[in-house]
Amino acid sequence: MEFWRVPLDAQAIEISRGEVHVIEDRCKGCGYCIEFCPRGILAFSARFNKKGYHPPEVLQPKSCVNCHYCEIICPEFAIYSVDLSSLQPPGL
Amino acid sequence: MQAATTPRAGSALVPEHPLEDLIRSDRIPHIWCPGCGIGTAFAATLTAMKSSGIDLHKTCMVSGIGCSGRAAGYVKLDSFHTTHGRAIPFATGLKLGNPELNVVVFSGDGDLFAIGGNHFIHAARRNMDLTVICLNNLNYGMTGGQVAATTPHLARTTTTPSGNPDAPFNLPLLAWASGATYVARWTVLHTRELTESIQKAITKSGFSFIEVLGPCPINYGRRNREKALQTLKLYRERTIIRNHADPSDLDVDFTKQVILGEFVDKERPTCIENYDKTCRLPE
Ligand code: SF4
Ligand code: SF4
Ligand code: SF4
Repeated sequence: MEFWRVPLDAQAIEISRGEVHVIEDRCKGCGYCIEFCPRGILAFSARFNKKGYHPPEVLQPKSCVNCHYCEIICPEFAIYSVDLSSLQPPGL
Repeated sequence: MQAATTPRAGSALVPEHPLEDLIRSDRIPHIWCPGCGIGTAFAATLTAMKSSGIDLHKTCMVSGIGCSGRAAGYVKLDSFHTTHGRAIPFATGLKLGNPELNVVVFSGDGDLFAIGGNHFIHAARRNMDLTVICLNNLNYGMTGGQVAATTPHLARTTTTPSGNPDAPFNLPLLAWASGATYVARWTVLHTRELTESIQKAITKSGFSFIEVLGPCPINYGRRNREKALQTLKLYRERTIIRNHADPSDLDVDFTKQVILGEFVDKERPTCIENYDKTCRLPE
């Protein structure tokens, strides 16, 4: 994660990391997850799913903080994140 | 189509969606349109049921007719899709027949407040121990977007092409006046608060009512020039959270500001408690 100003206790704080999974054929392309991901790391992919929608893909997998917002705003049960254990902030 | 490199969800490598055990996966994708708010409100309800710690084997969901009414068909619990407007009386029967059950009603504004309006006010008056979740999308979605009892003044629908001349119901005010012991309103964008409210309502005894504002982009949105994402942005920009606000201030008018929050949280004897005390005299 990039900091505008590195917090003094950055070494001590654990940032959770998530891994996003998309069940592509459930997606109806509403774009909610993409618009409201607080890290802005999702985007429509170029591929089509079975129903002709573009499911989201993760642009920067390392930046997911496992907040689950994509999961809870998705009306389709199509996207969710799982905990990737708590890691030290990368790059420090 | 799954990308070749992505293992399928549910395989040994990839954990399942956290609600997979509560939905009828074989019926997903559901019928709701792209961007429809019902799916999000439904998912929040399932999450709340799960996290509330109630016994899910003793929990059932009842829906009426309409797009939201389809929810009962997607939950992997005992559920019933009743006739139009009759979700609350059916749920009342379930609860009276087996007071051990947790009964959750999930239905739309048309079903609960137009054809089912009388059932709603009387169940609240009696303080029936039910959790009623109303997805309010401001119109009759399933039948093509006609004006409803909740359509905002001047909003366009199929049957009000020059704008709705009438005033809509203020649902939390109606619930408060009828005697509900828990009343809250959120939008689908406020998913976390919504889930917490539903969880609270499920574990609380008495008549609980939660209004969830959700977009109907296909009918209401299209006629009022709101794409699904724009409606969600309105939910962000034109709402304010004010717990315990005066219920008479809770009109839904997105040209001004819409108040969200938890408005009522009180205790009063339930219908069953009152009945037992009054009618089941000790022998
Ligand atoms: S879990 Fe949070 S940070 Fe990760 S992709 Fe979803 S919304 Fe973005
Ligand atoms: S919120 Fe769900 S349905 Fe909408 S684009 Fe994202 S994954 Fe697809
Ligand atoms: S018609 Fe409206 S309420 Fe019904 S599924 Fe479509 S968007 Fe949702």
